Amino acid sequence: MSVLDFSAVVQAWPLFLEGLWLTCLLTAVSCLLGTLLGAACAWGRIQGPIWLKAGLACYVELFRNTPFIIQIFFIFFGVASVGFKMSAIPASLIALVLNLGAYACEIIRAGIEATPKGQIEAAQSLALSRWQIFTRVLIAPALARVWPALVSQLVIIMLASSVCSQISAEEVSYAANFVAGKTFRSFEAFMVVTACYLVLAIFLRKLLLWIGPRFVFGRMKF
Amino acid sequence: MNSFTTWDVIRNLLLSVPWTLFLSAIAFVGGSVLGLILLVLRIMKPHSLGRAITWYVQLFQGTPLLMQLFLTYFGLALFGLNPSPLLAATLCLSLYAGAFLTETWHGCVMSIPKGQWEASSSLALNLREQLQYVIFPQAVRVSVPPTVGLGVQIIKNTSLASVIGFVELTRTGQIITNVTYDPFFVYGVVALLYFAICFPCSMWGRALERKFTFKH
Repeated sequence: MSVLDFSAVVQAWPLFLEGLWLTCLLTAVSCLLGTLLGAACAWGRIQGPIWLKAGLACYVELFRNTPFIIQIFFIFFGVASVGFKMSAIPASLIALVLNLGAYACEIIRAGIEATPKGQIEAAQSLALSRWQIFTRVLIAPALARVWPALVSQLVIIMLASSVCSQISAEEVSYAANFVAGKTFRSFEAFMVVTACYLVLAIFLRKLLLWIGPRFVFGRMKF
Repeated sequence: MNSFTTWDVIRNLLLSVPWTLFLSAIAFVGGSVLGLILLVLRIMKPHSLGRAITWYVQLFQGTPLLMQLFLTYFGLALFGLNPSPLLAATLCLSLYAGAFLTETWHGCVMSIPKGQWEASSSLALNLREQLQYVIFPQAVRVSVPPTVGLGVQIIKNTSLASVIGFVELTRTGQIITNVTYDPFFVYGVVALLYFAICFPCSMWGRALERKFTFKH
């Protein structure tokens, strides 16, 4: 018998496939909503009223300075214990979106603040409203400016979704845990899943870098 | 049966804070040593070794730390070692930190203008002297703010060591929750404790960044 035996892992392939599907789903939804939340928060932190600015600053600092696993535990166990019960997948999604929103807010804000002042003055002299300036003048070049940083953050969120297995959301690392617990082929199961994550990370990065200039900030119209 | 008062919960959580800091410190020091060695190797031999180091960085940046921890823990057992959670966590977090630090520092060294390399080699400095007297003193200034940021990341990521049974702040929170059935309060306090550790570091990093960018 060899030291590494993948037969148990291979037998459980439907489990891994389902897990992979949920990982992709969690990633896709949280990337989309999280980026939107980040852009909205960036708007709030730059142009919002003072109370909104202060509230958003607290939200961003709170989520950027605490571990993701504690955020997800707090949402899944803590918030549920005071009456808002939810199952693992919605709780995972909320945690992922809130976490990404905080990071994306800072990234997008940095992009917006790097906009030359003349652009805003020119837009103001054309009598555009603050909302119009934000959506038509500021956001698209800002996204283009920070896209590589944002893509890195989205890949990090994909990797962070593995932590959702700890609240028994049945994504791919949960499948690994499950197979490991059942067959004691822990190393093999985690090796396979780690390889999956590596491939996903490389693919997601390539995909997002391709999508960005074509669909996100290339032809942004409101 | 004795019950946990609020103060008992907070006291026990506070007692586990040193373990989080201890694990972070070892990971940061281990990662720094590893990162520095890899950085120098990468500068010395850009082709053969450089590629292996790039793979190492890609491997650790492209996979979840959670999986890395499990792999280290069970991988050590596969080699016939009986790993304590402390050994597995420090080893894995050091490798993880090393990958991020070497990549960041490599970027900082690359940001030093080429003229500095050429000028120093025209003064007949060898590689060690070049790095010691010309390149590193400048690169260190650039690298301090992102390094502080990575330090905060490492402190936060030590929380994942709880999954292989290392008893630090997060694990203590889980254990206490299992007794008191009050996750809202316990995890709230745990989050605030992490915040109390990380937020000052983040602020310090930001202050350094401001200080160093205005110099140009």
